[in-house]
Amino acid sequence: MRIADLAARTRRQLSAWLLAMALAPAAFAAGVDPDLLAALAGDDSQARLEAVARLGQQAEPAAADVLEALNEDRLYATADGRVLIDTGGGGARDAASGQELAAMPGDASSVTINNRLRRAIGAALAGSRLFSPDPAVRLAAAQRLSGGADAALLPTLEKALADERHPAVRQALQVAAAKLQLQSDDPQVRRRAAQLLGETRDAAFRPVLAAMLAQDGQGAYAEPDAGVREAAQAALRAIDRHLATIEWSGNLFYGISLGSVLLLAALGLAITFGLMGVINMAHGELLMIGAYATYVVQGLFRAWAPAWLDWYVIAALPVAFVATALVGMALERTVIRWLYGRPLETLLATWGISLILMQAVRSLFGAQNVEVSNPAWMSGGLSVLGGGLVLTYNRLAIIVFALLVVFFVWLLLNHTRLGLFVRAITQNRRMADCVGVPTGRVDMLAFGLGSGIAGLAGVALSQLGNVGPDLGRGYLVDSFMVVVLGGVGQLAGTVVAALGLGGVNKFLEPYAGAVMAKIAILVLIVLFVQKRPQGLFAPRGRSVE
Amino acid sequence: MNRTLNATLGAPPAAALPALARRPLFSPRAWLALAAACALLALLPLLNLAFAPGHALHVSSYAVALLGKFMCYALAALALDLVWGYAGILSLGHGLFFALGGYAHGMYLMRAIGRDGVYQSDLPDFMVFLNWKEYPWYWAFTEHFWYAALLVVLVPGVLAFVFGYFAFRSRIKGVYFSIITQALTFAAMLLFFRNDTGFGGNNGFTDFKRILGFPITAPGTRAALYWLTLAALGGFLVLARAVTQSKLGRVLTAVRDAENRVRFLGYEPLGFKLFVWTLSAVMCGVAGALYVPQVGIINPGEMSPENSIEMVIWVATGGRGTLVGPIIGAGAVNGLKTWFTSVFPEFWLYALGLIFVLVTLFLPQGIVGLARRLYARFAEGGR
Amino acid sequence: MNRRLVLKQLTAATLLAASGWMPQAMAAEDTIKVGILHSLSGTMAISETSLKDVALMTIEEINASGGVMGKKLEPVVVDPASNWPLFAEKARQLISQDKVAVVFGCWTSVSRKSVLPVFKELNGLLFYPVQYEGEELEKNVFYTGAAPNQQAIPAVEYLMSEDGGGAKRFVLLGTDYVYPRTTNKILRAFLHSKGVKDEDIQEVYTPFGHSDYQTIVANIKKFATGGRTAVVSTINGDSNVPFYKELGNAGLKATDVPVVAFSVGEEELRGVDTKPLVGHLAAWNYFQSIKNPVNTAFIDKWKAYAKAKGLPNADTVVTNDPMEATYIGIHMWKQAVEQAKTTDVDKVIEAVGGQSFESPSGFTVTMDKTNHHLHKPVYIGEIRADGQFNVVWKTKGPIRAQPWSPFIPGNEGKQDL
Repeated sequence: MRIADLAARTRRQLSAWLLAMALAPAAFAAGVDPDLLAALAGDDSQARLEAVARLGQQAEPAAADVLEALNEDRLYATADGRVLIDTGGGGARDAASGQELAAMPGDASSVTINNRLRRAIGAALAGSRLFSPDPAVRLAAAQRLSGGADAALLPTLEKALADERHPAVRQALQVAAAKLQLQSDDPQVRRRAAQLLGETRDAAFRPVLAAMLAQDGQGAYAEPDAGVREAAQAALRAIDRHLATIEWSGNLFYGISLGSVLLLAALGLAITFGLMGVINMAHGELLMIGAYATYVVQGLFRAWAPAWLDWYVIAALPVAFVATALVGMALERTVIRWLYGRPLETLLATWGISLILMQAVRSLFGAQNVEVSNPAWMSGGLSVLGGGLVLTYNRLAIIVFALLVVFFVWLLLNHTRLGLFVRAITQNRRMADCVGVPTGRVDMLAFGLGSGIAGLAGVALSQLGNVGPDLGRGYLVDSFMVVVLGGVGQLAGTVVAALGLGGVNKFLEPYAGAVMAKIAILVLIVLFVQKRPQGLFAPRGRSVE
Repeated sequence: MNRTLNATLGAPPAAALPALARRPLFSPRAWLALAAACALLALLPLLNLAFAPGHALHVSSYAVALLGKFMCYALAALALDLVWGYAGILSLGHGLFFALGGYAHGMYLMRAIGRDGVYQSDLPDFMVFLNWKEYPWYWAFTEHFWYAALLVVLVPGVLAFVFGYFAFRSRIKGVYFSIITQALTFAAMLLFFRNDTGFGGNNGFTDFKRILGFPITAPGTRAALYWLTLAALGGFLVLARAVTQSKLGRVLTAVRDAENRVRFLGYEPLGFKLFVWTLSAVMCGVAGALYVPQVGIINPGEMSPENSIEMVIWVATGGRGTLVGPIIGAGAVNGLKTWFTSVFPEFWLYALGLIFVLVTLFLPQGIVGLARRLYARFAEGGR
Repeated sequence: MNRRLVLKQLTAATLLAASGWMPQAMAAEDTIKVGILHSLSGTMAISETSLKDVALMTIEEINASGGVMGKKLEPVVVDPASNWPLFAEKARQLISQDKVAVVFGCWTSVSRKSVLPVFKELNGLLFYPVQYEGEELEKNVFYTGAAPNQQAIPAVEYLMSEDGGGAKRFVLLGTDYVYPRTTNKILRAFLHSKGVKDEDIQEVYTPFGHSDYQTIVANIKKFATGGRTAVVSTINGDSNVPFYKELGNAGLKATDVPVVAFSVGEEELRGVDTKPLVGHLAAWNYFQSIKNPVNTAFIDKWKAYAKAKGLPNADTVVTNDPMEATYIGIHMWKQAVEQAKTTDVDKVIEAVGGQSFESPSGFTVTMDKTNHHLHKPVYIGEIRADGQFNVVWKTKGPIRAQPWSPFIPGNEGKQDL
């Protein structure tokens, strides 16, 4: 913020303060001053902002209530000038008098706000929330203020700091105060403030610290004191080091999360390809069916069990698995089993099936995307590295889920009879047939398994992006690449290939852009396959084919 | 290769081996049929030009444009049959060569617009709105038609040669090969979608005005392009037939059926495969080049994996390994597509999907195979 | 063998030839044919299917009130399947085979550019309802969607204003095709004219169907530490959804970094969870939440139509800007035909200029006399939790379109067109 801007805002804020002080006795009547409410419900933005600021200065809860209601779209104005708060369940409260009403009058219209007002309300509420009895609320308010507060709030901050005992809140208040203290007249105060800000390692303070080191035309620094400049310089270095760590860790996380998505998408394909040598071009559509199954389950939960809505994803997992497994097995029985030994024809036939499935979904659910919302426990993210990096919950959940699925498949393949048969057939189909493995049935079950896993992947994908008839197409080529790269018959191949591709993609992306990174990866795979046609983890053996 | 064999084992008795390389390309009857078909098709633009709309014998310009487009597709299908039907190489990325030929010709056509574009600049419109001041180096000389024609042949050819050399040398076969051709065309599509690549991005090349000085939408030009396409189709059909009937063709069929055995017999499949692969890519490029002025637009969507897979179904529907079959297949499937998307738009994808499934399950030899079987039964019943 | 070959060749020739002779559509004496050229399958089906339905609804409405010049309108619906060469083929078919009087269609600029030569050659008439990048003015086309000065520029002006957040730095994020490229070029020039420097502008492009926005969102966060930042999103349609999801989850709220999108309307919001998006913006010439009698009637008609025809998800259908533009376009065409007393293309083209219509946007929109674009009002709306928009700003009245943006060099001589 430039000094001139700051000065202007301070002047405005100060005048608002003075006005508030003057009006304070009047405002201590019951309820909230109707003039302020009228200004809030009116059209003049400046008046609304000032009304919000003034309401923020007032200590009593009625004012805070009005501000909160306004923020949540619960403030209404009637034609006769009353301002009402929606108390939920159809009831209303008159903001000026505090009187309860049985019902919201029909002619009441919502008082709309915009982003600028929202910011102002946030700041106003933060000032009063600094004194809330709940430490979590105080912490949030202090953090909000460290993001951007007016110098006029400095006395309030220092007052709060004097009484604060909670360590985290104290820390946040100190940071907020430090940011404002950068404008202090005392160089010692400024130096300490700069040091403190550097210790937070928060990139948000970078511009204000860098501004202190800016030089004007004659070479004079914005910050006159050399000691303060040194502190600012050190702070900037610390922040930049931290930024580099954040970027690197960020890329690592993004790479792993992209890799886990690829892994889920490709795992089913790897199983069927490894087992039967068929490339299932309808694989993308199996992903889509899994995603739509999630949508249907969500709809059912909304209609019949809204209290449990947050857990519909868990319920969708078995539903999607069974649905896609059934579709897969039907596919295998009706089309694929007649095409044994002819992998290229299978490719074409499954492509035809994919077209039919896509159009069927379009006819049933419409060509538009359908809404699948993240449950509450999958929204938001985990803030690490001092808030510089957010590990979003939905992606974390998907990473964990991918690991679980891989474990489940490993367990199945290595510790069950079916898995034993599958491995036998993968190694040598004829021999397995000779020793009595029921190849027909195992084929069907394995195809069902691969499809079911695709369904599970579809559930995960529904949480990340769009759910529409085209969902599968976007992942088809990627799944192929993972399978071709990872080699056939080994679970480890698919895992390594998926994670590797995700990681390389994400590390390339900041330098080359999303498109070139993707192209580079495709070209790399094409070249790699020339060198090692069998993939990373090739099956050992001396067969010529 | 024959010499090596002879040297090792001694020359075989002359009567034991069937006479090779003496077979005619087509029987006289077949030549007649080919000529008749060409004449019939060549007649249509004449009917379009000679008679006014409304006359009973008039053929609409819509039909001429449509058939011209179908013939380009037929040529691409023929190219694909050469590698798939005769060499056993399933390429799911032939759309790339088709599109590259189209782009090469498109560069010439864009240059031919001259200053008649929206911005009245020497540069194409898309370069103007990207703030480019001059043509990038790869656009040099494309204002000359002969150079563009050279590019049409060279670009797909060289790309196919290089890719094929490395792929076949590493003995990548079957499904793996198909998948990496998909990857190749997908990567190329992403590359061409980028506006920074200099090929018009998503809009591609469009709004052509003239070719070799003739206005591109004039009926005369349209007819000329139609005849050129017909000639190319006929010519390449004869060429393909010559290749498949020759000794080289024989080795190719052997490679398709049992590559390792052929290798053990002393032949190196690499050269044979590479030859047909490159030839097929060039044919496809020519098809693309003829396609672009007739539809008036080329954009990276032509390189999409879906397009290439659709080409394969033309070949499969017509009958792979027959050369004439893919031509029929391309016409049939695209005709069906045109009909469906007008009359039953919601059901077109079901129909296409069903075609894929039914042809691979029940008609592995395609329409031609079906016709052969029916004819054989017919002929048998007559005796 | 020879006979077989003969058979094969003849079959080949006949099949190819026969496919050319499509059954000529016989026009009944008392109907006027109207072509509808929207993708019903493929990637664009998501956006275009509803336009086809709205067009059919409008035609039904016109027929119910007596048709045009006493004759009923007969819609001819074709599916170009999101395939650009097929668009050109279908356009040619509609004009020369089906002999339609007018075509309502296209969405992407590619589709429009591929049918343009056909319309010019055959002297057809096209009404194009989607907001686009401008830089075009064709005699045979009427543009009922917004040009950049009717959407993009007012939105950025709002972002720079105090009410909109007083943004000083801008991230221009778009999908890599002509509409975002041109719009961003115009916006950059506009921002320069307002004193914003190049280092405060970041232009980022993603490929079609891109769904992994983690890196991009992280970059936006970093960029935003340099000052008040706003994002101008020209991301294509539903690719906005993964972007919004990532934004919401990463904790970037609309009060920190507002995002204004030009391709996100009510239809796109139907397929997304709008809770994390509250406060983000969109700029259009129409919102479903605008309250006036014409709009209420329009919405009710559409909902009833959707239920009656059993469209999928009929109880959650919404209206959006391109639908409204389709509705306006068809009515204006009808009025022009009635004024010119003929469906002859040249006479109708002359009559369309100057037509006005009471549109659901709450204003009377007029077709400019010379530049084939509508004068449209501009609304800026904030996303609400229920998937509708709160109008936070609007122009006082309809503004004239500038298809040739003054911010692109070379357009100086075209401002009066």
